[in-house]
Amino acid sequence: MYAADPAFWRAGAISSTAVMLVVLGLLTVDSLATIRAGGTNVPAYTVINQQIGYEFDAEAHRYRPVIGAEQPLFGRAVNAEEAEALIRKGKLLIQSRNCINCHTFFGNGAYYAPDLTKAWLDPAWQQMWIPMTQATTREEAIVAFLMHPEKYPTWSRQMPNLNLTEEEAKALVAYLKWMSAVETNGFPIHFGHIQTNR
Amino acid sequence: MFRSQQLALKYFAAAVTLFGIMVIAGLLSATYYLQDGFLLNKLDFSVAKMLHIDTMIIWLLMGFIGAVYWFLPIELERETEGIKLAELMFWIFCVAVAVVAAVFIFVQYGPATQTTLWLINQGRKYVEAPRWAAIGVVLVVLVFMYNVVVTAVKAKRITGIMAVLMVDLVPLFALYLIAFPAITNMSEDLYWWWWLVHLWVEATWEILIGCIMALALMQLLGTSRRIVETWLYIEVALVLGTGILGLGHHYFWIGTPSYWLAIGGFFSALEPLPLLGMVVHAVYDAGTHRMKTTNKPAFYWMMAEAFGNFLGAGVFGFMMTLPQINLFTHGTQWTVSHGHFAFWGAYACGVLAVIYLALQKSRNLLQVQGTAWKWSFALLNIGMVGMVGALLVSGIAQAFYERAMGGSTLQAFMEAQRNPWFVQGMVMRLVFGFVFAAGYAVLVYDLLTLGKRRLAEKALGARVMGGPA
Repeated sequence: MYAADPAFWRAGAISSTAVMLVVLGLLTVDSLATIRAGGTNVPAYTVINQQIGYEFDAEAHRYRPVIGAEQPLFGRAVNAEEAEALIRKGKLLIQSRNCINCHTFFGNGAYYAPDLTKAWLDPAWQQMWIPMTQATTREEAIVAFLMHPEKYPTWSRQMPNLNLTEEEAKALVAYLKWMSAVETNGFPIHFGHIQTNR
Repeated sequence: MFRSQQLALKYFAAAVTLFGIMVIAGLLSATYYLQDGFLLNKLDFSVAKMLHIDTMIIWLLMGFIGAVYWFLPIELERETEGIKLAELMFWIFCVAVAVVAAVFIFVQYGPATQTTLWLINQGRKYVEAPRWAAIGVVLVVLVFMYNVVVTAVKAKRITGIMAVLMVDLVPLFALYLIAFPAITNMSEDLYWWWWLVHLWVEATWEILIGCIMALALMQLLGTSRRIVETWLYIEVALVLGTGILGLGHHYFWIGTPSYWLAIGGFFSALEPLPLLGMVVHAVYDAGTHRMKTTNKPAFYWMMAEAFGNFLGAGVFGFMMTLPQINLFTHGTQWTVSHGHFAFWGAYACGVLAVIYLALQKSRNLLQVQGTAWKWSFALLNIGMVGMVGALLVSGIAQAFYERAMGGSTLQAFMEAQRNPWFVQGMVMRLVFGFVFAAGYAVLVYDLLTLGKRRLAEKALGARVMGGPA
C-alpha cells in the first residue's frame, strides 16, 4: 500500500512545497508591482500635495481612498525627490521611536494605542486638536501634539513624550498622510464616517 | 553525556530564564491597560511589550537549538562537529541578549537615523533587536547549521528526520535576513516582514518542532522510526502545502491586491489540518502505549503541545482568519488571544517536554516523579487558557465597538478601551497572568530539584529510620 510507505509521503511533501513556492513566487512578482510607490494600490509619495478622502465605493462594495484637488502639506508643494526624502524620514522615525509597539499600521503592531492606517483622516484632529493647539491647519495641530503630547491630554491614556524634533514630527505627518491614501481593501471599515458618542 | 548535550542543558537554562523575564514583562504589559499613566515616560508600554515578545522569540529559539543539540548525538551516535565553536556562540548569544535588553530598558529609542537602527532599536515588531545583534543571531544560526550538517555528513547517516531538519535550517537562516532592511514603503516593508514572521512561525518553526517532537517521541515512547518519519512527511506536506499560501491571510489589508482575500482565506481555512493530524498522531501513540511512560511530565507536555497547537494555532486562528471576519477582528485583542494560545500550544509546550526528557537522562532518573510538575502543568495551562479566554472577551468587545460600530477612529479606539466588557477581560487577563506566573515558579522549582529532591527525601527517610544522615 502506497500510503504506508514513508517515501510516498516524502514525495508528497516535496511536490506540494515546490508547487506552493512557485505559486507564491508568481504572486509576489505581481503583488510587488501593485504595491510599489506609484503602483495601482500604493500612491506615489507626491500624493501628500493633494487632498485625500475615504469614501464608500458602491461598485467595489467597500471604502476606498479618494485623491482630490491640490492641498500641499504645511502650505508648500514638494517635488518627487523632496517627498521621498520626507517619507523616508517619517519611516525612520516610526522605527526609531518604536511606534509599532503601541500602535498598529494597517492593523499590524501592538494594540495599546489607536491604529494609524487612516489616522490623517481622523475627524478628531479637526474637532479636538485644532481648537486645543490653536493651530490653523490639521498638520500643524498634529505636529504640536506629537512634540508635546502631555500638553494636550485628551483621553485618560496618554502618549509619552518621545522628544520629536519639529523636522521629525513634520516627516511623520507626511508619512501618515501618504499612508492614508493606500488602497487597503476597505480596512478599516467606514473609518471616520460614524460618530461614536451615542 | 556528550558535550553537545551539556551545551543543550545550558541552552535550556538560558531559555527557562528568559521565559521568566517574558512572564514578568507580560504582567507588566497587562498592568498598563488597567492603570492609566503607569510608568509613563519612564518605561513606556512599548518597552515592556517589546521585552515580552522578544524574550518569547528568543527563549523558544534557544529551546529549539538546545533540543537539536540534545538529540543530535543520539540520532547520529557521535559528538557534534565543531562543538567548541557552538559553545562559544552560546556565550556570545547570551551576552548579546543581555546587552540588547539593557539597551531596550535604559536607552529605549534614538533619533530618526540609521545609527539608531544599528545600535538601539530597529522598531519592527518581533525583530526589534538592533542590527549589530541581528548579525549575532545570524552567526549563531550559521554555526548551528554547520554543526548539524557537518555532523550528519561525517556520520554518513542522513535519516529522514535529519534530512527534513537540514533542509528546514535553510529558510530558518535565509528568512531571518529580512530582519535587516528598513524599507520606506510600509506596504512593501510589511510584505517582506510577513515572510519572516509567517514563514518562520507558521512554516519553518512548525517543521523544526515537528522534527524535535519526532526525535522526542522515539526517545519517550520508543515509537518506531518508520511511523514518526511518515508522520513528519505528512506534516511537512500539509504545513507547507497550506501554510505557504496561508501567508495570504496577512495580505488582506496592507495594500496588496484583493485576490489575496480569497487565496489567504482559503488556505488559512486548511491550515488547521496538519495540526489536527498531530493530535491524531499523539492520541494514537498514547493509546498504543496505554499512557505508560517513565517520564510523565514530558509525556503530558507533549500531549499539551499537540492539543494546544491544534486549538491555539488551528481553531483560534481559523476563528478570526476569514477576511469577512478579519475585517473586524484584525489588530484587536482577539489577535492577542490567538497569539498567546498559538505560541504556547505550538512551541512552548514542546520545548518544556524536551527539557523534561533531557533532565531525566542527564540526572540518570529511571522515573520522573513528584507532584510539583503536576502543579506547574495545571497552573501554567489554567493560567494560559484563562488569559486566552479573557483576551477573547476583550477582543470581541473591541471588534464590535471599535471596528464594527465606531469605524476605528481615535475616539472609537478609546471608547472601546473603556467598555466594561473590555476592561473586565483585561482584569481577568492579569489575574490569570498571576496564575501562570505561579505555574512558572513551580516549574523552575521542579526543574532545579528534579532527581535531587528525591535523593534528599531518601536521605531524610534514612535519618528518620535511624540510618546515617
